[in-house]
Amino acid sequence: MTAYQIWFYIIASMILGGALLAVTARKIFRAAIALLVSLIGIAALYYWMHYEFIAAVQTIVYVGGIVVLIIFSIFLTHNPGHTIEEPVSIREAFAFTGCFAGFAFVFSLLNRYSFEQTGDALNHTMQVADVGRALLSTGNGSYLLPFEAVSLLLLAAMVGCIVIAIKIRTHK
Amino acid sequence: MLNASTLLLIPLLPLFSFLFITFFGKKHLPKASGIISVFILGVSTLLSLAVAYNYFFVVGMTNGIYQAISPMKLEWLRFSPGLSIDMGIILDPISVMMLVVVTFISLMVHIYSLGYMKGEERFAVYYSFLDLFTFSMLGLVIATNLFQMYFFWELVGVSSYLLIGYYFTKPSAVAAAKKAFIVTRFADLGFLIGILILSFHAGTLDIQTLIARLTTSDTTFYASATFTGFMGASSLTWGLALVFIGGAGKSAMFPLHIWLPDAMEGPTPVSALIHAATMVVAGVYLVARLFPVYAISSPHLLEIIGYIGIISSALAAIIACTQTDIKRVLAYSTISQIGYMLAALGVSQYGGLNGEGFSASMFHLFTHAFFKALLFLCAGSVIHYVHSNEVKDMGGLRKKMPITHLCFLLACLAIAGIPPLSGFFSKEEILASAFAHNQTIFYIAWLTAGLTSFYMFRLYFLTFWNKEYLSHHDTHEHHSEGSWNMKLPLIILMLGAVGAGFVPFHQLVTSDCQPYESEFHLNITLMAVGLSLFAIIIATIFYRKKNNLSDKISNNISQLYNFAYHKFYFDEMYQFVSQKILFNVVGAFSSWFDKKIVNGAVNTTAFLTEAFSETIKPVQSGKVQGYALAFLFGILGLIVILFFF
Amino acid sequence: MIDQVPLTHILFLSTALFFIGAYGFLTRRNMITMLMSVELILNSVNINLVAFNRYLHPNIDGVIFTLFIITIAAAEAAVAIAIIISLYRKINSIDPEQVDELKF
Repeated sequence: MTAYQIWFYIIASMILGGALLAVTARKIFRAAIALLVSLIGIAALYYWMHYEFIAAVQTIVYVGGIVVLIIFSIFLTHNPGHTIEEPVSIREAFAFTGCFAGFAFVFSLLNRYSFEQTGDALNHTMQVADVGRALLSTGNGSYLLPFEAVSLLLLAAMVGCIVIAIKIRTHK
Repeated sequence: MLNASTLLLIPLLPLFSFLFITFFGKKHLPKASGIISVFILGVSTLLSLAVAYNYFFVVGMTNGIYQAISPMKLEWLRFSPGLSIDMGIILDPISVMMLVVVTFISLMVHIYSLGYMKGEERFAVYYSFLDLFTFSMLGLVIATNLFQMYFFWELVGVSSYLLIGYYFTKPSAVAAAKKAFIVTRFADLGFLIGILILSFHAGTLDIQTLIARLTTSDTTFYASATFTGFMGASSLTWGLALVFIGGAGKSAMFPLHIWLPDAMEGPTPVSALIHAATMVVAGVYLVARLFPVYAISSPHLLEIIGYIGIISSALAAIIACTQTDIKRVLAYSTISQIGYMLAALGVSQYGGLNGEGFSASMFHLFTHAFFKALLFLCAGSVIHYVHSNEVKDMGGLRKKMPITHLCFLLACLAIAGIPPLSGFFSKEEILASAFAHNQTIFYIAWLTAGLTSFYMFRLYFLTFWNKEYLSHHDTHEHHSEGSWNMKLPLIILMLGAVGAGFVPFHQLVTSDCQPYESEFHLNITLMAVGLSLFAIIIATIFYRKKNNLSDKISNNISQLYNFAYHKFYFDEMYQFVSQKILFNVVGAFSSWFDKKIVNGAVNTTAFLTEAFSETIKPVQSGKVQGYALAFLFGILGLIVILFFF
Repeated sequence: MIDQVPLTHILFLSTALFFIGAYGFLTRRNMITMLMSVELILNSVNINLVAFNRYLHPNIDGVIFTLFIITIAAAEAAVAIAIIISLYRKINSIDPEQVDELKF
């Protein structure tokens, strides 16, 4: 058992434990904190895989952005100690069966295949400059068009959020 | 003169008049519509007279044969190369003759109606219908194409329906209009199927091409038409027979004659135009139009047509002897005379002197149009004067209505076939050709001619002699027998009825369009005229003075008399078939089938659908997580299928 | 080195994460927690992409895809929360069981 392996299993249990808690906790605020733990775990996994840049992005966007947004919305719609209702029991049973069957299926599928690595992918190191070049250039292996499309999507989402959530006061 | 634009004017002027009155005149010129329409039709009449003169005496004859001229043919609907519905004009002796007859009689009726229909509330509408009829009839006679003919044939039926039902507040008029329409429409079904059969085999709808293809026995068309058959007759014969059924319906031939007497519910001028002179002879015209095919390819069928004609003629003449309604007598007389024409066609063959019957039939059609229209218009004047159709309300009118009396007498003499009036010539030709080709038909026709004289003079004496006229109404409004516009057509038509017989028909209208020399048969003439004079004398004895001789006779043969008086119970038979059998058995069963089986099937389907939808409706619960769950299971199911099967 | 942990294990992890997210999405009776479940699902996909890139592909395409997904997830979360808040204003509840107007 090397340190690498130990770290991986610690991170994995952190991710899965947080996720399980996030989907089962009765207190909504506790669920949000569990999600936070899970997302930090995922960032740690990226770090473990030597993708420091993507780990940083994960931390900033998810931990710093989305989770904070979720917590804000929780405060906007609940009092903090709010308990969520019990799931509809028949649906819960079905959902559990379906999810377990799906997991078992994919698990068996993964066991059947071996993934052969090509070249020296393990020794390849990523520079942040590579990411910047890939996003802002054209040609093979470049993503300028999707980048622009996503920026447009963000703009549209922003406008859409305002339109949906805006409160129009009508004075008589 | 014989170019398309001039010829088109003849039918299109009445159409214009119809549209003008319908969309403009009815509202803004209700009184003047009649005069306008008379003038427009006058132009049309002059044009057709000019066309007839040009055709017969200037340009029509080439190499001793009257050529069929087709100055215009527009393709309208095309099914396959060669098989198309055209709208066009054909000029040959019979169509030119019909053009003259239709426009001329129509003009007379238009003028007459100015007086007869004066003060009617729907005066303009009446004229628009008359013009619609005239247009349709003209379109029918100049048709180049069987389907064009069918098209106008139906239009003629519609305008007849409209005019019979002109007094639509009278239930009997409405019933008569429906009866006429349904009976003729039923017969037209035969016409349509006949057209389809003929055009299927001939590969064309064009009349001339069709005649050429079906009369030459070495063509493939002829072979295909005679090769297939049904019940012992070739499909060519069946097609022709079905076409004839259409014609028999329109021409009120036995056993489809029941509508014509009832059609007398319409205004009397309408009866003169449509139900005496023009529309009812459309059946004769139709057979004449396809005459070469009948005569060459299916002579036995033509013989049967002749028998049908003569049987209708005899039956109608017997019925006419017993009727007391002046218009009904004339209606049965019309059936009788049309039967005569068909009998003449039936005994005819194609070409030369053997085709005398064809020529005689057309001749009789021509003369009959004059004297029968005249009779109807005279009857109209009488009805106008006494306000009744029944002869018992008339009698002794000869002093009150001298002109009408003279016209009626001359028309009666013409229809009785007394020389030298028009009917004599045409009847003599018919009898001569029947004598030469079919003795049975000849003798029946001869007896019928006697009956015709008898019932016509019975009617004449009952109307104008018999007793002194006693006015049933206030006499102030009846100081004269009618205004000038009612008398003028009577006089013109009287001249026609007297003089039409001198037209040399065997020179002009013949089966193969070649003039032939007719022979004069002294013995037949003597037989026919002698019988007619004898019948007239009997009628004089019975009906000139009021006496009970006729009642005695009718009491002696009361069964036959009653049988004839009730029109041989044809209406009752149809009633029995339609009410008892069709309505009660077939109709009741169909109704039951429709209500229970058809409706039931529809209702069951609807019920099952509703029940099923109620069952599966809860699936669509509106709960988004339920949908997602179904989605998950669906995906899993698909993956399992993809991987393991 | 990384190769001491086989790729399959990371894939097990992401699969488990995915189905945990799916389970949450199907059972939670609160729209915000449903949204959290969706985030978990998206992250499991991200893990897959990054892991495949690390183990099998000597390039950075997987990372770029992950970046895009993170961006889109941010947009999606923003819109979803806007909808949730708007809904909350209308019916004063964010229980998906109560929002079932869209049916027969």
